[in-house]
Amino acid sequence: MNKIIELVNNFALMSLLAVGGGTAVLPEMKHDTVDLHHWVSETQFADIYSLGQLAPGPNMTCVSLIGYEVSGVAGLLAVLIAFFFPACLLCYFVSKIWDAAEGSPWRGAVQRGMAPIVIGLMLAGCYALGKTASYNPSRDWEFNLLTLAIGAAVAVVLSVTRINPALTILAGGAAGYLLLS
Amino acid sequence: MSDRGGRVSLGKIFAVFATIGAVSFGGGIVAYLRRSLVEKEGWLDEDGFMAALEISQTLPGLNSTNMSVIVGRKLRGAAGALVAVLGMVLPGAVAVTALGFAYMALRHDPKVAVILTGVAAAAVGLLLQVTLKIGWKQLVRPADLAFVVVVFVLVGILHVSLVVTLITVAPLAIWMNRPRGVGERA
Repeated sequence: MNKIIELVNNFALMSLLAVGGGTAVLPEMKHDTVDLHHWVSETQFADIYSLGQLAPGPNMTCVSLIGYEVSGVAGLLAVLIAFFFPACLLCYFVSKIWDAAEGSPWRGAVQRGMAPIVIGLMLAGCYALGKTASYNPSRDWEFNLLTLAIGAAVAVVLSVTRINPALTILAGGAAGYLLLS
Repeated sequence: MSDRGGRVSLGKIFAVFATIGAVSFGGGIVAYLRRSLVEKEGWLDEDGFMAALEISQTLPGLNSTNMSVIVGRKLRGAAGALVAVLGMVLPGAVAVTALGFAYMALRHDPKVAVILTGVAAAAVGLLLQVTLKIGWKQLVRPADLAFVVVVFVLVGILHVSLVVTLITVAPLAIWMNRPRGVGERA
């Protein structure tokens, strides 16, 4: 039961801190769940995030799997509710007020001010994931060269084509199967 | 919205959002939302959609679930918001749970491990591309870049807590973007 409470506290806070989307809380979430609480390993965290990319809908539903690792189905449901409910509740009430503040010049100020912060957090998220997924110090340089190349190839392909991103993730899995074993 | 052709049923709201939640593979849910809410159902016009998106992106939480809350609320109040969010989240949650169970059963298989390594490596590339694409469009001033670097170093490298980072950096960033004239008038 204590573990469930810890999970709920942690993910409810993440929910309210996820400015600009779930990616913004990735670095903090990884730090808390891997380094602080040891709920999952670094590799598991990267794997769970990747599974989220393969599922439809909001890709952060994958955080529920961290709850499952900690305390089974109860943990899964607790994390799912804790991660989605607080932000939704906040949005429900603030969007009502926001409608009333229509035309306030401060709305633009909040958006322009928050934009670079969100980008900084997203880059930190890339870095936190990449430290395991793209460059794993426990592997040799050839292995790391290949994982870095897979990531770079995906970024380039998505920049120059309009292919569905989920297909590039599947292609990454295929490349892993063919090249990394 | 609701003035156009009477009240929308809760079941209909759930069905529309669950469909989006079930078919939107690979992120980019906003595009799916626009197609469905503006073009297909006509629940929002283009301006209404952009206004809702603006709030969704500014508030914490995922854009997709915030959009569901706002549109659901406009259509049917609190109940509408609830069924819209459930519709958006449930299909993906079920799918990711199924994937998760498969992962837990198979993760020690070396073949599966290398597939997942490839998937994770690709996910980093996807995240980087999305970040750069958004950043490229929005960040044009050197001050913006300074905020990007400061936040990256604080959270990514120094592991300063997100609460502390947001409380200190966000008011400064918003103040630097304050509406012209407000500071002088005060």
